[in-house]
Amino acid sequence: MEEVFRGRAWVVGDDIDTDQIYHGTYLPITDPKEMAKHAMEYVPGIEDFAKKVEEGDLLLCGRNFGSGSSREHAPMSLKYCGIKVVIAESFAGIFYRNAVNIGLPLVECESLPGFAEPMDIVEVDIKTGLLKNITKNTEIHGAPLPDLEMEILEAGGLIPYMKSHGMFPGVGAGA
Amino acid sequence: MPPMTIAEKILASHSGQGDAAAGRIVNVSPDIAMSHENAGLVSKIFLEFGLDHVWDREKIVIIFDHRVPAESEKTAAGQKAVREFVKKFGIKNFYDINCGICHQVMPEKGHVRPGEVIVGTDSHTTTHGAFGAFSTGIGATEMAAVWATGKLWMKVPDSFKITITGKLPEMVFAKDVILHLIGELGSDGADYRSVEFYGDTVSGMSIPSRMVLCNLSMEMGAKNAIVPPDEKTFEWLKGRTDKSFSLVYADPDAFYEREINVEASGLVPQVACPHAVDNVKPVGEVKGVKINQALLGSCTNGRIEDLEAAARVIRGKTVHPGVRMLVIPASREVYLEAIQRGILETFVQAGAVILNPGCGPCLGAHQGLMAEGEVCISSTNRNFQGRMGSRNSSVYLASPATVAASAVKGEIADPREI
Repeated sequence: MEEVFRGRAWVVGDDIDTDQIYHGTYLPITDPKEMAKHAMEYVPGIEDFAKKVEEGDLLLCGRNFGSGSSREHAPMSLKYCGIKVVIAESFAGIFYRNAVNIGLPLVECESLPGFAEPMDIVEVDIKTGLLKNITKNTEIHGAPLPDLEMEILEAGGLIPYMKSHGMFPGVGAGA
Repeated sequence: MPPMTIAEKILASHSGQGDAAAGRIVNVSPDIAMSHENAGLVSKIFLEFGLDHVWDREKIVIIFDHRVPAESEKTAAGQKAVREFVKKFGIKNFYDINCGICHQVMPEKGHVRPGEVIVGTDSHTTTHGAFGAFSTGIGATEMAAVWATGKLWMKVPDSFKITITGKLPEMVFAKDVILHLIGELGSDGADYRSVEFYGDTVSGMSIPSRMVLCNLSMEMGAKNAIVPPDEKTFEWLKGRTDKSFSLVYADPDAFYEREINVEASGLVPQVACPHAVDNVKPVGEVKGVKINQALLGSCTNGRIEDLEAAARVIRGKTVHPGVRMLVIPASREVYLEAIQRGILETFVQAGAVILNPGCGPCLGAHQGLMAEGEVCISSTNRNFQGRMGSRNSSVYLASPATVAASAVKGEIADPREI
């Protein structure tokens, strides 16, 4: 899989919760492309995010991104609207797991505040955690992803990872 | 073997490991796997494997509660698909729209036992730690993996030890204690931590009150929350489950990343103000805020003791003419008892609307959404911006007694003064 991503930066603040990322109204939706139309709809100031986001964009967030619900629609809507990597000062636990398990790369970076303005061009290496602001010609270091998370992402998510490791009865090799 | 916390012990025994020190990755075998309407998304992912059977038909539990009865054709179609899946794969424990909220129905129907690992596709699955289980919320993809293999990877969490001591003052409840804690620790203060509750206040609490503590621990980011099981736990479970279970307690010298002490006797009723659960203030500081809606119910506070506490405040009084009061018993069992004890009569006489057991408007799906500029005081668990309707509406979270007092006054009120 790709390890270095370059794209436009969307920048949001602290404590963006799962209702803001993907509102409860839309939970009956199971088609990821439909989910993508409602990504970030309740984040004040960027209600038109889903219309303006482009394939390859990056999302830069403050502390505790994705707090709240276990709804997988939240990372799914981001992945399918074109966001390649979510970078945050910190993530809420369930969002973090869900993102990795559906194959959406994450980078945690404590020194993220002030690093980029909206629509700066940013480059991120998910394996090393290195972040470059191409527009401003600066760089900072985030945390590299732990091995297991990296392996799951490289496989494309939890399901392909488990399949390739023969962990499904009747599917793949071994038990 | 090194001394262990409750989470470390339960995850060790469920992953075939001798010990499971915090930070280790383990492959856990859950005892129970619970889903609600999002079983629709789980089954869609599960079906991609092409398997003709699930891991264990007895251990999967599906409970409809988020949109009951279906509020739209899309939901109806989703629920229909899940019913068909249940039938096709022979899932034994399916509860349709007439049973109540998953986190209440689970223990009522004997799906929760001390020492077990419970996973659920709902963040408030932490509730079941009130019975001494390791119980946590997971995503749909993870649940599909559990349905297929009966296993799930987890990082063993670090643990916090929270000790609550002292007698709760009049009109101060478990809800006020945990809101106070969330205010102190912050909404990510216990992120991915296992929270263990101790102290004479906790051992003095009823099981439903302990469920409030564990339910809302999610709102400080906890992976799970546990009250060590005792006589009250066994008494509550009697007649509900006939399966044996093992009691798991922490070693005396187990390592806790943080130890937090709370003195309960000095607490006052608390209110979590818009738009974050950790924006907590004593009720005195928000008294007088005009409200349009008062909501009593949810997996947090929709049990008999909650309805009773609110009924005590409201009995013989009427809901303020400017307020819509909604009452939602957490389950059919709670509903029946509330009817038999005349509690619902009290609410109807006061002018409240009784809704069927379910999540109601808590997550903004149906049954009482708010228009722009409206304000709700609610016994539920989240007050995120726009959660209960218009993005320009506001939710204040409080105990059932504070909700009832506010409903009577038409503005946020201190239940000690009504």
